[in-house]
Amino acid sequence: MANLFTRFAGIESPNPFWLASAPPTDKAYNVERAFEAGWGGVVWKTLGEDPAAVNVSSRYSAIYDATGQVTGFNNIELITDRSLEINLREIEAVKKNWPDRALVVSLMVPCEEESWKTIVKLVEQTGADGLELNFGCPHGMPERGMGAAVGQVPEFVEMVTRWCKTYSRLPVIVKLTPNITDIRFSARAAHAGGADAVSLINTINSITGIDLDQMVARPIVDGKSTHGGYCGPAVKPIALNMVSEIARDPQTQGLPISGIGGISTWRDVAEFIALGAGSVQVCTAAMVHGFRIVTEMQDGLSRWMDSKGYQTLEDFRGLAVPNTTDWKYLNMNYKIVASIDQESCIGCGRCYISCEDTSHQAISLTSKADGTNQFDIIEAECVGCNLCQITCPVNDCITMVRRDTEKPYMNWLNDPRNPHGEAR
Amino acid sequence: MSLQPPVTLVSPPQDIDACFSDIHPPLTARQAHLESARCLYCYDAPCIKACPSDINIPSFIQQIHSDNLQGAAQTIYSSNILGGSCARVCPTEILCEQACVRNKEAECAPVLIGLLQRYATDHAEFTGHPFDREPESGKRVAVVGAGPAGLSCAHRLAMKGHQVEIFEASEKAGGLNEYGIARYKMTDDFAACEVEFVMGIGGITLHTGQALGRDLSLAELQSKFDAVFLAIGLQRTRQLGLENELATGVQNAVDYIRVLRQAADLNGLNIPQRAVVIGAGNTAVDIACQLRRLGCEEVTLAYRRGTESMSATDHEQQIARDHQVRIKTWCRPEVITLDDHGSVAAIHLRRTEMQGDALVDLPHCDILPCDAIFKAVGQTLDMPDDEQLELLRLDAGKLAVDTKFHTGLDRVFAGGDCTAVGEDLTVEAVQQGKLAAESIHQLLTTQA
Ligand SMILES: Cc1cc2nc3c(=O)[nH]c(=O)nc-3n(C[C@H](O)[C@H](O)[C@H](O)COP(=O)(O)OP(=O)(O)OC[C@H]3O[C@@H](n4cnc5c(N)ncnc54)[C@H](O)[C@@H]3O)c2cc1C
Ligand SMILES: Cc1cc2nc3c(=O)[nH]c(=O)nc-3n(C[C@H](O)[C@H](O)[C@H](O)COP(=O)(O)O)c2cc1C
Ligand code: SF4
Ligand code: SF4
Ligand code: SF4
Repeated sequence: MANLFTRFAGIESPNPFWLASAPPTDKAYNVERAFEAGWGGVVWKTLGEDPAAVNVSSRYSAIYDATGQVTGFNNIELITDRSLEINLREIEAVKKNWPDRALVVSLMVPCEEESWKTIVKLVEQTGADGLELNFGCPHGMPERGMGAAVGQVPEFVEMVTRWCKTYSRLPVIVKLTPNITDIRFSARAAHAGGADAVSLINTINSITGIDLDQMVARPIVDGKSTHGGYCGPAVKPIALNMVSEIARDPQTQGLPISGIGGISTWRDVAEFIALGAGSVQVCTAAMVHGFRIVTEMQDGLSRWMDSKGYQTLEDFRGLAVPNTTDWKYLNMNYKIVASIDQESCIGCGRCYISCEDTSHQAISLTSKADGTNQFDIIEAECVGCNLCQITCPVNDCITMVRRDTEKPYMNWLNDPRNPHGEAR
Repeated sequence: MSLQPPVTLVSPPQDIDACFSDIHPPLTARQAHLESARCLYCYDAPCIKACPSDINIPSFIQQIHSDNLQGAAQTIYSSNILGGSCARVCPTEILCEQACVRNKEAECAPVLIGLLQRYATDHAEFTGHPFDREPESGKRVAVVGAGPAGLSCAHRLAMKGHQVEIFEASEKAGGLNEYGIARYKMTDDFAACEVEFVMGIGGITLHTGQALGRDLSLAELQSKFDAVFLAIGLQRTRQLGLENELATGVQNAVDYIRVLRQAADLNGLNIPQRAVVIGAGNTAVDIACQLRRLGCEEVTLAYRRGTESMSATDHEQQIARDHQVRIKTWCRPEVITLDDHGSVAAIHLRRTEMQGDALVDLPHCDILPCDAIFKAVGQTLDMPDDEQLELLRLDAGKLAVDTKFHTGLDRVFAGGDCTAVGEDLTVEAVQQGKLAAESIHQLLTTQA
């Protein structure tokens, strides 16, 4: 069996599955249950200065897929609503009970050196393994000058990171907010401030939907609502992109990344690691399914690694990074076309109408004698966009096959059609 | 998802009525949501082509999925105003669901179109009738027969602004929906409610107890109305041609079903102990299953050929087996014997087989003791006694019509079971009524 042991920014854990700082890691009771279920580590629910935050009633809302599964999750909760003292005592006790698990403590205090200095010292005394600086919370906290309000200003990120590195010997992970235009600026700032790692993404500003009877967004608090933070499977593509941007950025080369956002299955975990993540964090999947979901993640990842001959996570970590490049380096001479396997085609016509209405009119419809239709690709018109393959409900019915153009690799910079290119 | 419920057969002193609940229970909201998600929203969808009434199936299922039940029902009704009863009685396994592309995938299970159609029509709420009438045309049309064909035609004509009068021989409107469909398919007073719903459009007057050939003549209708639509169904049961066929205990399946459908108290019914049903169609299956539900201990369905030739669909045959009906193939009724009181005592079934293209008798004969024999060997046209009607052309014993449902007689149209067109199914009758109405409307509006 593959070895899932993880060493991330100097923090060790038996597997890369950590619970993200959120309700699943709110208190000793939850965290103990999570460790019992097999989670390799937790980032404790974000601590703040006393008096503790106070939450409203009605806090979550969601987006569902056609079968009713949660695909996107939204919350308007704040950081911990329990006192600092209670949290610190529990952290200490839990770490004593579970010395082999990673226990990182998430922090968010006002943007003042004294505040950070005080809290990092207190956390250090608990025996925790590391600090995560929450610069990401998109609601409630920014109004108080914390969370995303800090994360959106690179100078603040760098400054606070430096304070923490100055006053604590613990590894510092900076949790980034996705509510910015270019994630690399925040990552570079964290790096410059001495961060041992970054983690991302925190939640994305969101409104999941409107109650059309009450004319108010969800979740509804006495007839009113507010934007929340979006997470769950729907945010994974955004998270993966941001992880790849940091992994590819020469200025943050080698900076450990803890991948977060929409992770629900072993495959998601493998994808984040392939893009360079050294550990992963999960929140929504645990909130929707309970802690036991780690069993299937762990089993699936190990089996997949075995099937590929990967013995440790390092064996495949970052392998997809070099293949993630800028558009301008893609091969303009590469050509694929759609191909329909008539044997498995069920004749639903989805490929036809999508290509006909919105793409390149590259699929023909022929009515057959028995009243059913046959669909064929008109290769000369097909641009290889994948749309038909995406809309086809039958697995592997439409495949994209390579056509040899007998031309060598040529990117846009060398393309004679590029008015600003080097070929000019 | 498997939605086939276990069949409940009566075991005294259990209440018989409980055994006549829906054979396919309606979907719950959750089931409807999940099932509607399975529809692929096909382009040029095969299911639409397989629905005799051309319902835009992907569209109404999409509407169900997006919580627009009223829109879904309207989509259904705009093609088939009896969409509610069709959802209950259509043999979907040979119609829409048979064509669903989901049959072909690894899952091999069609979208449950019939049950979704029922979900939409059961739960949609309208204030008033879903369709508005066009301005009064001043034209009047007589519809003879208030079965599915007549009702569908009347509704479409009323919608087009014409005044319609329906003449119906029976006490109640609805045709076989009211008197013929199995009680476990059409529960409660659904048929009557549906008639009321159809009539809700306005512009339709219903005269019950008025039979063409008895109370009115076609010539009269032709003179009083701008057009006539005949939708009189098939009122005569084919006979076996055996001696003792009129003895006590030998009856037409449809007559018994008629009583069964109208019975307020099923316990008052005359229920045989051992019954033999002759026939191989859906009527045969229906009577057999209903007898079992009523508590008849032994029901045998006898057919002269093999199961593959039975006109009852595989699905219907399975339903019969689920009711522990014995299906005895390759045998033909030969002799009915009576007891001392002149009531049926047994039936002799002659074994048969195919020799080449011919069905031939074998030496062996089985004798089945029984106290009831039900004839379900098909319905035929019972031409009302009317001079004008004698002028109508026939095709295979039924009214001949052209593609516009015109009979050839001046301004006289026909549709439904009584014509030679299509299969004898509720949905076919609805479609023919609707198309005939369009033809009549065309005639009335192009006339000077
Ligand atoms: C026992 C049985 C079970 C069936 N089960 C199914 C099923 O499960 N699914 C399915 O799709 N189909 C089923 N069918 C077939 C279906 O019921 C018919 O195809 C459908 O009802 C035909 O409609 P229609 O309007 O043409 O005729 P009908 O429904 O027969 O209506 C004809 C109407 O005309 C009236 N009428 C007749 N003569 C006169 C006259 N001279 N003057 C005035 N009025 C007259 C009759 O009283 C009746 O109301 C079944 C049929 C039978 C017999
Ligand atoms: C209800 C809720 C509360 C959260 N609270 C915090 C928090 O206190 N601190 C923090 O850093 N992130 C918080 N998050 C964000 C998560 O840690 C995580 O970054 C995000 O949910 C994305 O991961 P996911 O898609 O697996 O849920 C919260 C998320 C949720 C759903
Ligand atoms: S999950 Fe339901 S029961 Fe539990 S606290 Fe939330 S609202 Fe209450
Ligand atoms: S989408 Fe797929 S299954 Fe449907 S018609 Fe096209 S190739 Fe066939
Ligand atoms: S064929 Fe099946 S999947 Fe396609 S539109 Fe019809 S019901 Fe939906």
